[in-house]
Amino acid sequence: MCPALGGEMSAVDRDAWAGRILPPDDVVVGRLRHGDEATFAALVDSWSRGMLRAARTYVASPESAEDVVQDTWLAVLRGIGRFEGRSSLRTWVYRILVNIAKTRGVKDSRTIPVEGLTSDDGGPTVDPARFRGPDDPYPGHWKEFPQVWPSVETEFERRDVRSHIEAAVSGLPHRQRVVITLRDIEGYSSEEVCGILEISAVNQRVLLHRARAAVRGRLEEYFSAQLR
Amino acid sequence: MLNCDEFVELVTEYLEGGLDPDTERRFVAHLAECDGCDRYLNQMRATRDALGELPAESLGSEARDRLLTAFREWRS
Repeated sequence: MCPALGGEMSAVDRDAWAGRILPPDDVVVGRLRHGDEATFAALVDSWSRGMLRAARTYVASPESAEDVVQDTWLAVLRGIGRFEGRSSLRTWVYRILVNIAKTRGVKDSRTIPVEGLTSDDGGPTVDPARFRGPDDPYPGHWKEFPQVWPSVETEFERRDVRSHIEAAVSGLPHRQRVVITLRDIEGYSSEEVCGILEISAVNQRVLLHRARAAVRGRLEEYFSAQLR
Repeated sequence: MLNCDEFVELVTEYLEGGLDPDTERRFVAHLAECDGCDRYLNQMRATRDALGELPAESLGSEARDRLLTAFREWRS
């Protein structure tokens, strides 16, 4: 702890960190550069879970993902002196993560689908057979409405639903998987996800839409099997 | 007018607040009349919310300790 930077964390700081609200980037970066371990620990604790999930989309095993996250933090320490604040600190950390994870993914020879070979672009996200045809008086309208989903009540059901969602996300084409992981599972903003993945806002939204529609489809299958 | 098969492709853009005013008006008008699309929109929302409730994966305590050790070495 560096006394010049305010010494011990106040109770307010500690509470704020427990709630994952970190001080502004310039404060965090200053403390890291001065060797403040509590700040480093708070960053690691706040961001590693999202980083693990993001890394997991590139590499073959949870162990590899953990290696990627560790290597990322070591790279952050080596590079923090050069951080210029042109993006947010978190975006900068995640870009390092993505680069390390890509390299590691290649080494693990995990095949990441080549762009264009995936169902990332184009095509309807809901089976066209669900809608009425052009000769119908109501073309393009539902033949049958989607069924109302039952409410999930027991802990057993909740766990079952979660495992179906996890499976649906793991089965997505890579770019959809990484976008839905960062946006919906980790709750990052679209601006931040565009910055991390260096994709356009439109591209990001298309990937998110396809991913959500696929997960919804999986839940629909699950719930209609329950209702039968 | 918007058809249901068009509606379902606009849901995320709507939830993101990205529709242009004219399309948004047609989207909302369709929603008011169509129970099927109302359900679809709610299920997309429920899907998004359920994704946000997945349990956290956290870094193992050994990995965390190794990082803090590495930090102390880096600092010195």
